[in-house]
Amino acid sequence: MNVQNLAAYDPFADEGDALGDNKNVGSQQNYIHIRIQQRNGRKTLTTLQGLPKEYDLKKLLKAFKKEFACNGTLVEDEEMGQVIQLQGDQRVKISTFLTDEGVNKSTIKLHGF
Amino acid sequence: MSDDPTLAPVADDGPLFDPSLKKKKRKKVLFNEDPLGGEGLDEPSSAKEPVAAPAEPGPSILKPAEEGGDDKEVDDLAAMFGDLKKKKKKKKDLPADLDEEASAPAGGDADALDDFSDLKKKKSKKPKKATFDLEEFEKQLGDSTTGTVGDDAEGEGVGDDEDLGENVFALPDAPVQGGDEKDAWLGSDRDYTYSELLGRIFRTLHAQNPDLSSASRKRYTIVPPSVHREGNKKSIFANVADICKRMRRPSEHVIQFLFAELGTTGSVDGEKRLVIKGRFQQKQIENVLRRYIVEYVTCKTCKSPDTLLDKENRIYFVSCESCGSRRSVSAIKTGFQAQVGKRPRK
Repeated sequence: MNVQNLAAYDPFADEGDALGDNKNVGSQQNYIHIRIQQRNGRKTLTTLQGLPKEYDLKKLLKAFKKEFACNGTLVEDEEMGQVIQLQGDQRVKISTFLTDEGVNKSTIKLHGF
Repeated sequence: MSDDPTLAPVADDGPLFDPSLKKKKRKKVLFNEDPLGGEGLDEPSSAKEPVAAPAEPGPSILKPAEEGGDDKEVDDLAAMFGDLKKKKKKKKDLPADLDEEASAPAGGDADALDDFSDLKKKKSKKPKKATFDLEEFEKQLGDSTTGTVGDDAEGEGVGDDEDLGENVFALPDAPVQGGDEKDAWLGSDRDYTYSELLGRIFRTLHAQNPDLSSASRKRYTIVPPSVHREGNKKSIFANVADICKRMRRPSEHVIQFLFAELGTTGSVDGEKRLVIKGRFQQKQIENVLRRYIVEYVTCKTCKSPDTLLDKENRIYFVSCESCGSRRSVSAIKTGFQAQVGKRPRK
């Protein structure tokens, strides 16, 4: 019985498949996170992370900078991929911008205070 | 442009609507899952775009019938704090209205009202007269005033109803409320408003099965986080331990969430206070805590905060003690942390 059971499914192969599927199903990865960080004084920094691949982050950043009148950069992170960094608290603005451009609001997560 | 007509009422409603909004927000710290959580997120965005704005504040102001829902919400919130504020407001408002009509009966009525509110509180012996007075007063209001004031009176009436309803929850054996309620519209031959009927069904529902009411209300109160500054760059969140205990969550979990959301670090000092790097105000911490409660404390199916958090195979589960549901909650992730301050020399 045991041997048969073992033969029935290969744990490693299954695991790989499940992970592949999860990328679409598991909602956790698909969130767009907008966070805020405090700098010195009353300065803040907004980070935008987890944008879908189909957006051109560079162009988006340019639009953000123009729209919000702030500076910003594109940061490469090993774990999170490309992250947009903006100066100042632009969280609400980013979220309205994205929703206006047709990003589903439920995929956006606003963090911070 | 079609924008103009939509914009105009908003501008009108602004002052009317805002105070209540603010009140809702300011109302100490009450941790309610849906209304506040949703609002806190939605509001800034809706304020930004004028087109979206009329959808939200418009109907609740323009149609008194729908005010019930709004009031209900407020009431829900108020319930958690024993609606002290509301009582105060009511007392302030009513005499002002009365002064508009006549001074002589105003004194008597106001007295009666005061009596009445006292009555409500203490559940004393002469409710008949009090209710009568209230009814009369309402009628007077309805007769003498129109438009916004009348509207106001209605709103007040709703508030009163809600209050009574609440007291029913507090002392379910009080028989007065049912008759009292009917009186509100029996005296005049106006139509029932939606909110009145809604209030009535809830009252009867709660009167029929008192165990329902005791489960639904109360509870959600949590002491406001006491946050003060230490020095220039650190904030101290003094009553973390207490709040965690009330939420029945391990303080590490709460603290981890706080740090992840605020994007900072910190430590717990000797007196179990949390020292957070960065300047934070009480309101901000409150917001984060509220989000924590929505995410990790309240049961998503029955909204009860009576839940337990446990960990299985590195995954956190929230299991509800009142309805028995169990769901996994996402782990706390810090996400991307930008380099702030000095970079390490390489």
